[in-house]
Amino acid sequence: MELSLLKRRSDFEWEIAPHGAMRVPGIIYASEDLIREMDHKVYEQVVNVATLPGIVKASYAMPDAHWGYGFPIGGVAAFDPDEGGVVSAGGVGFDISCGVRCLHTGLNVDDVMPVQKALADMLYHKVPAGLGSTGTIRLSPEQMDAMLAGGAKWAVDQGWGSAADLDRIEEHGQMKHAKPGNVSAHAKKRQRDEMGTLGSGNHYLEVQKVAKIFDAQAAEAFGLHVNDVVVSIHCGSRGLGHQIGTEFLKKMAIAAATHGITLPDRELACAPINSDVGEEYLGAMRAAINCALANREIITHLVREAFAHVLPKARLPLLYDVSHNTCKVEEHSVDGKPRKLYVHRKGATRAFGPGHPDIPPALRAVGQPVLIGGSMGTGSYILVGTEAGEARSFSSACHGAGRAMSRHQAYRTWKGRQVVDELATRGIVIRSPSSRGVAEEAPGAYKDVAAVVDAADVAGLARKVARLEPLACIKG
Amino acid sequence: MSSARWEHFPHGADMGVRGIADTKEQAFEQAALAMIAVVTDPATVNAREPVAVECEAPDDELLLVDWLNVLVFEMSTRRCLFGRFEVKIEGHRLTATAWGEPVDIERHQPAVEIKGATYTALRVRQEKGQWIAQTVVDV
Repeated sequence: MELSLLKRRSDFEWEIAPHGAMRVPGIIYASEDLIREMDHKVYEQVVNVATLPGIVKASYAMPDAHWGYGFPIGGVAAFDPDEGGVVSAGGVGFDISCGVRCLHTGLNVDDVMPVQKALADMLYHKVPAGLGSTGTIRLSPEQMDAMLAGGAKWAVDQGWGSAADLDRIEEHGQMKHAKPGNVSAHAKKRQRDEMGTLGSGNHYLEVQKVAKIFDAQAAEAFGLHVNDVVVSIHCGSRGLGHQIGTEFLKKMAIAAATHGITLPDRELACAPINSDVGEEYLGAMRAAINCALANREIITHLVREAFAHVLPKARLPLLYDVSHNTCKVEEHSVDGKPRKLYVHRKGATRAFGPGHPDIPPALRAVGQPVLIGGSMGTGSYILVGTEAGEARSFSSACHGAGRAMSRHQAYRTWKGRQVVDELATRGIVIRSPSSRGVAEEAPGAYKDVAAVVDAADVAGLARKVARLEPLACIKG
Repeated sequence: MSSARWEHFPHGADMGVRGIADTKEQAFEQAALAMIAVVTDPATVNAREPVAVECEAPDDELLLVDWLNVLVFEMSTRRCLFGRFEVKIEGHRLTATAWGEPVDIERHQPAVEIKGATYTALRVRQEKGQWIAQTVVDV
């Protein structure tokens, strides 16, 4: 991206002044280096989002922003329903409520390394991963609706996961106002065999060690110490969410004109929050959030079963579960006045600061854990929400490293076997059904996640707490 | 001889699929092959079981997205991959047959599953006598 297009507000905050049909400015949080590497399409997309009706304050891009669909991936935008604000299927994305959860194990590296391979094999055996894989759970139509209304709480009621987990999940594990009846038969059919499956692409299940602590006080509150072993799960709402995204993108694209909305790009398809299509989407999207929460809860249950076989002394309480593709109703202070806004985070993580009532009581004093996935070679980060984040980006931070290279290019550059062998020399075990999938997800195909979290930290969006390094990775 | 062919074009985290052919129908068939090639080498798919599909949309571009998404839905729910397509378009309506087989992880080595076809870089148009049908698929 051309620096000359932007006004430097600080070393990590860049403004696109309103022009043309923009209703608010665009703001990008990133270092100068990250801005230079950013695709020009991010600029166009930040500008386009700023033209949408009812947008409040600014159209934001996080340090890991890249070219998305309508909204940039790494985009944040809040809309006020009383000012004609919209909800956008493209602003949430296809993988509704894709997110990361992190589990403690109560073990350290010395406990796990002697059984590292056996543990990886057992996890790979227990958790279905990759295209065409199915779970062992088949839902009847009634059970499907109960799952879509109940989320992780439903899963726990069925015996998957534990009640103690629910406090550590956004919305206490159950998204309210979900409308299973708004979810099409096609979407439900796509989900029928997919409960408790990981999916593919950049989704993963990793056993990780805590490699470094940056913030001792927050790490203590989160229960993290150097050499602790944790498990991170990255996946979303599977086929159901993808189908809902697909269907509403079309509905909103066709309906936009009837709502008097001019779309600079069809992918920005949206509908007024206060409209039939808008309300229908919100009910379906919330059901998909529940699907993602239930899915991650079931996978958690499978992970615990795997550990029970290999490392029976492990205990795996949930540290936190946070999504990065959502639209949520939140109260934010705008110019000193509290307002109820519909906050879209597309590839951006909610990052509530200390004291926020939605943070579990045990963590409330320090802030919300922000879980950032990296690539399978470079490691991941845990950050914590800041007080300043609310004014900066409606309490939002980055979500991952972002790709530096297309899948095509990665596949031509590496062989799956070579990636697996190279990571093995660094003590990282990979299990995956697809050699090509591994090649396309090679660590070298991703940007440096450290630069992204550093930018989020310095910009004040969230503060670094710990760095995690993979010991074993299950890839779909 | 038909000059029908497909190719990929880069899109950040995802993949662009493009069909190029003398007719719109063939360009749609080629775009579908390009989408299969995101998952696996289409030559490894045994095109033996036919599946009939249809869709309808207000214009050619929305029709291309619908066509690809109908295939995504069928592959996802049947757990299969397609290797050959025959498309007919009449007005705003597309009817087609897709031939394929159940996914074989060993043989197909599927790289990634497709979440859906998007409206990004979406174009269906005639250029220099050739039809081009393209869009980005989210993986």
